[in-house]
Amino acid sequence: MADNMITVHIIDREGITHDLEAPTDMNMNIMEVCKAYELPVEGRCGGMAMCATCQCYLESETDLPEQSDAELDMLDEAFFVKPNSRLGCQIHISDEIDGIVLRLAPEGN
Amino acid sequence: MIETDIIIIGAGPVGLFTVFEAGLVKLKCHLIDSLPQPGGQLAEIYPKKPIYDIPGYPEVLAGDLIDNLMEQCAPFKPGFTLGESAATIDETDDDQFIVTTNKGTQHKAPVVMIAGGLGVFQPRKPPVERLEDFEDKGVEYIIRDPEFYQGKKVVVAGGGDSALDWSIYLVENNITTELSLVHRRSSFRGHLDSVQKVMDLADKGKINLITEAEVVGLKGNDTLESVHIKHNDGSEIWKDTDHFVPLFGLKPELGPIADWGLEIEKNAIKVDTTDYSTNRPGIYAIGDINEYQGKLKLILCGFHEGTIAVQSAFARIHPDKKNVLKYTTVNGVNGFE
Repeated sequence: MADNMITVHIIDREGITHDLEAPTDMNMNIMEVCKAYELPVEGRCGGMAMCATCQCYLESETDLPEQSDAELDMLDEAFFVKPNSRLGCQIHISDEIDGIVLRLAPEGN
Repeated sequence: MIETDIIIIGAGPVGLFTVFEAGLVKLKCHLIDSLPQPGGQLAEIYPKKPIYDIPGYPEVLAGDLIDNLMEQCAPFKPGFTLGESAATIDETDDDQFIVTTNKGTQHKAPVVMIAGGLGVFQPRKPPVERLEDFEDKGVEYIIRDPEFYQGKKVVVAGGGDSALDWSIYLVENNITTELSLVHRRSSFRGHLDSVQKVMDLADKGKINLITEAEVVGLKGNDTLESVHIKHNDGSEIWKDTDHFVPLFGLKPELGPIADWGLEIEKNAIKVDTTDYSTNRPGIYAIGDINEYQGKLKLILCGFHEGTIAVQSAFARIHPDKKNVLKYTTVNGVNGFE
């Protein structure tokens, strides 16, 4: 695989795992990668942590940076939140998250 | 009946700039928006966020961009119907449209431009069993008249400012006989003084604070009688109440426009990119609400789309007149009397 590519594993709402290749040099986030692969992620606010339509659950031991106040504020008001909830738009595609496993939260936010 | 040249549905940045472009060719506009103020999501959701891709502005706050657009279109004296959403559209025998809002306000014009962004802002509904069965029978998503709750037991859900502020208001004004506030976490992220007030009222026994819990179901015969509350630790209670008021903010939905006979693709209105017209002659769609090959949901693209659409609208309104593009640097901006 090229130097600037990592793999992210997204489990959709039917339980099917999609192994997606994502570039680390395009300043992308998980929400954008999902949309690029046409997975059912709405990303309504465009990535400002202002809706929760890209909410997902972290299912791997991946070490992610601490959540921002904006993300925590949004998750506070979101539905279907669990302790491992994250907003896909706030997870930056970088070498550190290679192999991350994320499950899409239900629709309805 | 409000009569104008162009009815613009949506008073966001694209709708506002279209007023300016229409004004340059002496067409008058009237805007309809479900929000109480112009500006769309920029004013409602992210007024303090900076935008970096408006040509000529290295950085501009969303709220400031709206203020500037309002100033820019002011010479063309747009009309506004705010706090109402466009509900129906009818065509008259003389090729005009009548757009009626959810509150019954009627607008008539030969051209309609839909600049509705992501749609109409509507309350976010939590995933609660039988929620819709009790809408207006004990479940309300917006508090319109606090006196409605006089002498009632009320359960409010949510952890943001509106949940906090309404809880405080209903209790401090002795409106409700019992008020419970249910929130999923133990702490609140609203304004600090609101949080403190809620805590104080809870200490005094005036607000029944139920944290680390969620309302998951409702029960009643014809009207709401009790709510099912599940704590994060798994324990559950049923709580008697007259009203359940979930306050989780707003989200945009396409709404009634979806039923206007327009071609919809990807939750947006399909347009012809020569003039951003829809499949219904006289109705245009501009900005985030439209869809075409190569579409980019950017404010600057919406400005372009509105500008082009106005030229086509002019041709429809004045089929016998020839419109010549005039530069504002040559002619200035001649507003309406």
